[in-house]
Amino acid sequence: MSYFEARSVTKKYAHHLALDKVSINVPKQSIYGLLGPNGAGKTSLIRIINQITAPDEGELWLNGHKLKPSDTALIGYLPEERGLYKKMKVGEQALYLAQLKGIGHAEAKKRLTFWFEKFDIMSWWGRKVEELSKGMQQKIQFVVTIIHEPELLIFDEPFSGFDPINVNLLKDEILNLRKNGSTIIFSTHNMASVEELCENIALIHNGKKVLEGRVNDIRKQHRTHSYELTIKELSIPISQFLPDHFSVSDDCLIDENMKRITLKSNGSEQPNELLNLFTRHGEVMSFSEILPTMNEIFIDTVNRSKLSLHE
Amino acid sequence: MNKILLIIRREYLTRVMKRSFIVMTFLGPVMMAALMIVPAYLASLSDISEKRIAILDETGWFMGKFETGDNLRFEHVFYDLATEKENLMNGSFDALVYIPKTELNVPVNAELFSIKQASLSMRSYVRTVMKNEVENRKLIASGIDPEIIKSSKTNINIVTIRLSDEGKESRSFTEIEVGLAIFSAILIYFFIFLFGSQVLRGVIEEKTNRIVEVIISSVKPFQLMMGKIVGVALVGLTQFFLWVIFTGIIYLVFMSFASGIISEGTGIMQQQQGFTAIENTVGVNDVATKTNLSNVVEVIQSINFKVMIFGFIFYFLGGYLLYASLFAAIGSAVDNETDSQQFMLPVSAPLILGIILSNLIVNNPDGALAFWLSIIPLTSPVIMMVRIPFGVPVWEMALSMFLLVAGFIFTTWLAAKIYRTGILMYGKKVSYAELWKWLKYH
Repeated sequence: MSYFEARSVTKKYAHHLALDKVSINVPKQSIYGLLGPNGAGKTSLIRIINQITAPDEGELWLNGHKLKPSDTALIGYLPEERGLYKKMKVGEQALYLAQLKGIGHAEAKKRLTFWFEKFDIMSWWGRKVEELSKGMQQKIQFVVTIIHEPELLIFDEPFSGFDPINVNLLKDEILNLRKNGSTIIFSTHNMASVEELCENIALIHNGKKVLEGRVNDIRKQHRTHSYELTIKELSIPISQFLPDHFSVSDDCLIDENMKRITLKSNGSEQPNELLNLFTRHGEVMSFSEILPTMNEIFIDTVNRSKLSLHE
Repeated sequence: MNKILLIIRREYLTRVMKRSFIVMTFLGPVMMAALMIVPAYLASLSDISEKRIAILDETGWFMGKFETGDNLRFEHVFYDLATEKENLMNGSFDALVYIPKTELNVPVNAELFSIKQASLSMRSYVRTVMKNEVENRKLIASGIDPEIIKSSKTNINIVTIRLSDEGKESRSFTEIEVGLAIFSAILIYFFIFLFGSQVLRGVIEEKTNRIVEVIISSVKPFQLMMGKIVGVALVGLTQFFLWVIFTGIIYLVFMSFASGIISEGTGIMQQQQGFTAIENTVGVNDVATKTNLSNVVEVIQSINFKVMIFGFIFYFLGGYLLYASLFAAIGSAVDNETDSQQFMLPVSAPLILGIILSNLIVNNPDGALAFWLSIIPLTSPVIMMVRIPFGVPVWEMALSMFLLVAGFIFTTWLAAKIYRTGILMYGKKVSYAELWKWLKYH
């Protein structure tokens, strides 16, 4: 069941089409990756979801109803270009932003205290934002984004500016939020984190959606039928038993009598058949299909859509 | 609605809590009071000690003509200039007037030597005495009795009385009205710019801090803009009222504790009147001065301060709202304060023009120029303040106020359109053509 839906959203600016009939479908309680190169239209779409700007065409649906102005209270947004009032004290500022999202003063204070203690940043409460490091400011910004317990969270490059320890902390929190019922739209260039966190993605390029689906499905669709296998004590050369529709793309000795072999097929193979062949001639230590990384798929898809654009 | 109140509250509190606001609140009235009190106080201090002045008169014309007064004691000396200068250096006296001998002409030159800078009153007294004596001698030489000339001198004193529609008479005194008119016009101008530019800076701050996107995902851009404008307006009003209160307190404290200084101050005034009395015929001028003084009091009482203060608050708020929304639009369109200059000048030009033209308006407060400039919303806040002390017909006032309200509703609407696009644009040099395009976005 989908929690958020954009139906053929179009947004025109004076000189270009920022979004061209883009539709996305975000299942409830999932993490949805919104991908695309710079200037693809991701920020335009995110701003439309946040009702910062209005689409020229198309509809937006949230939890079964059309998106309405009061829904901003249900959405938490961490923009890519983020910042806080530099001269304002941390606690005061967090309270202010929380209240703007419609939480009462006392409740806001209670929740902020909880989060500040959780992140061990209570001692920053009375300090001015300008006295904190960039990473510290990001933490506060994250707390402020989720303080009103939004049902839909939109994170635009949430990990930029964090050290690896805090990236992990943040990942855990994002997974926690999903577990507690939030639906998350996640925009990033960091494909490793997409593979790690997202169930679904949409790839936007030049204002058009060029790819959408479950991450696992997409990777399978883009499979190159490559396998990697490590084998010990291979008795005869590979070429003597390997069927014609396989080719060896890499073959290297990694230990005295251990080999790592990369194979490619034309697509008619059965993995088991391959595995059986090898077990007859040696001791298979590991065997796996090489699925393309999201990074490869991203670059490949974007380049292909560029080509088709030129034609 | 609740959210806009939150924004107003933040904008108001962060500014009012600033050190600069608190300093200005106390310093403003102190400086204003100091501007009035200190010169008077210093003058009274410097004139308390008696000055001894030596006269070295080589012509012999002015023997016994310099009369010793409260603060100036004259004595004639008869050595040569070099010796007397030395005596001056030794401190035998405070100043030396040297009137060199002239062969053919009447003595019209004199030199005043002193170790410290000679006071203005001392100089003017010496000059007046010499001038009177030389003139008298010239008159006698041409066979005219100086007494006739003296008695023929007349001082015309015009009291202007304004008739109101109901036939009520009120004394008017143009100098005070001019002063008040210019003062309130400058105050309006200053307030609009001071607080208008605070809005501009606030918008630029939010934009460069990149917090604006976080906020407008919670509230509408219009709410954020209006919250800021209203919050800053309240800061302006707070400052204004605190100034009025503190100036009042300082005035009262000064009046009760320093009455001694004031009476001495009046002493000086009387002395200076005495000097001028020598120049003119004693009687007429004295009477005139007295009437003038009582007029001043009467006029101050006759000025309708209720209308003045109401006018000030209304035109400050109206003018401020009109310009602040434009400033907010400018702030949203640029990335930093330097870039805002190109838009600031054309926007603030009418206001500057108003201040420049206020001198003309004062001379003819009911003319066509005054009428139109006080009706057009862009200039009316300044020009109407110039006109109010002279009295403005009710219908003109009503029309001007109505148009000002309509004007700021229009500029706010205009500004909101530019603002909501501008705050999301980064790193773009904005042109007027671009702004025009933003106006047409939906």
